[in-house]
Amino acid sequence: MINKIALSIEKAIDKVSDGDTVMIGGFGNAGQPAELIDALIEHGAKHLTIISNNAGNGSHGLAALLKAGRVDKMICSFPRQHDSYVFDELYLAGKIELELVPQGNLACRIQAAGSGLGAIFTPTCYGTLLAKDKETREINGKQYVLEHPLKADIALIKAYKGDRWGNLVYRKTGRNFGPIMAMAADITIAQVQETVLLGDLNPEHIITPGIFVQNVVQV
Amino acid sequence: MRFTPRNQEEMARAVAHDIPEGWYVNLGIGLPTQIANFLPEEKDYFLHSENGLLGMGPAPAENEEDEDLINAGKEYVSLLRGGSYFHHADSFAMMRGGHIDLCVLGAYQVAANGDLANWSTGKKGAIPAVGGAMDLAVGAKKVYVMMTHQTKNGHPKIVKNLSFPVTGLSCIDRIYTEYASIDVTEEGLQVIDIVEGMTLEDLQAITDAPLILALSN
Repeated sequence: MINKIALSIEKAIDKVSDGDTVMIGGFGNAGQPAELIDALIEHGAKHLTIISNNAGNGSHGLAALLKAGRVDKMICSFPRQHDSYVFDELYLAGKIELELVPQGNLACRIQAAGSGLGAIFTPTCYGTLLAKDKETREINGKQYVLEHPLKADIALIKAYKGDRWGNLVYRKTGRNFGPIMAMAADITIAQVQETVLLGDLNPEHIITPGIFVQNVVQV
Repeated sequence: MRFTPRNQEEMARAVAHDIPEGWYVNLGIGLPTQIANFLPEEKDYFLHSENGLLGMGPAPAENEEDEDLINAGKEYVSLLRGGSYFHHADSFAMMRGGHIDLCVLGAYQVAANGDLANWSTGKKGAIPAVGGAMDLAVGAKKVYVMMTHQTKNGHPKIVKNLSFPVTGLSCIDRIYTEYASIDVTEEGLQVIDIVEGMTLEDLQAITDAPLILALSN
């Protein structure tokens, strides 16, 4: 019998290794997997590359992971917040590397990795600093920038409900990067508010089919 | 002054007035969010938020705030009946794929040819951040800017060429400031509305690119 529901959050997070690329879902606090991030800090893995939309705010969650010195590089679209003081300090001191990616390119590259695509052409950022050193091409009279897929060893996402086959539904704007990060990582760990029995999730309404998910943990 | 600049509310009202019913609209963070307050309630407008919702409604009562229901500026919002949620790739597909009729953005500068600078001042030591601005600039059917006409130090923000890092090339269709509404056209910057008592000469004096009056309003 297949049961993707993890016995504990510690057992789930144990899959992370030093040097891993870890995708973390969330847009601001919505959909940020706070408990999984706390477990990651507890776990101690370091020299991580983190792919997320933001780079943490305040001193909790992703900011706490950065403050603990576990992150070598951030790949994100909007690190700066009014309270992103942890990231700001690390960045200005040269202690963390940043790859700034337009938000749509970030979403597209993640989806491309999960979809087995080799690369994608997007019109976004053509002619800007963020297209520096990237290949461009004119296609049907419009200019595009070549972007490459972004995959990860681990994805930590927050969903609303999950079952033992790994099927997930999300909650409101907490969905954001979850479904695409789930596709793009070798191991996807989803924290959920509630685990349900097989069949409780309407097949018409499952947002992430369990094929993309390796572990579900109720928090 | 012989003329009175529009305040933020009046600027937002001016933009709202120019949005037809039924348009799918993305309002950028900052000044443009106020436009939502002036869209007539009895008509249908579809407000899109880059973080994955369509049918965004007004800010909820304090006891109805839901940390899973926020907008691009991370503020609490509500969802109108008929609204929907979707993931980030779908959200940006709407933006990049030409499905959004209009986005209204703030700006540091707009050039006479419609180039937009609104994500970076290029200052050394600044923390960079871009978000969805570049996707909106390139993907929306129409892109309007809502901004102050000059910087705090009195420098024009409508310029011949950008001096700040570019967000998108030739992407701006119209500019709304506290003094005027200006269309960006092949023939140049055309003033379609100007506050009472202000002349074209007054406006030209604070604008660093040639302005002409539109032939008809």
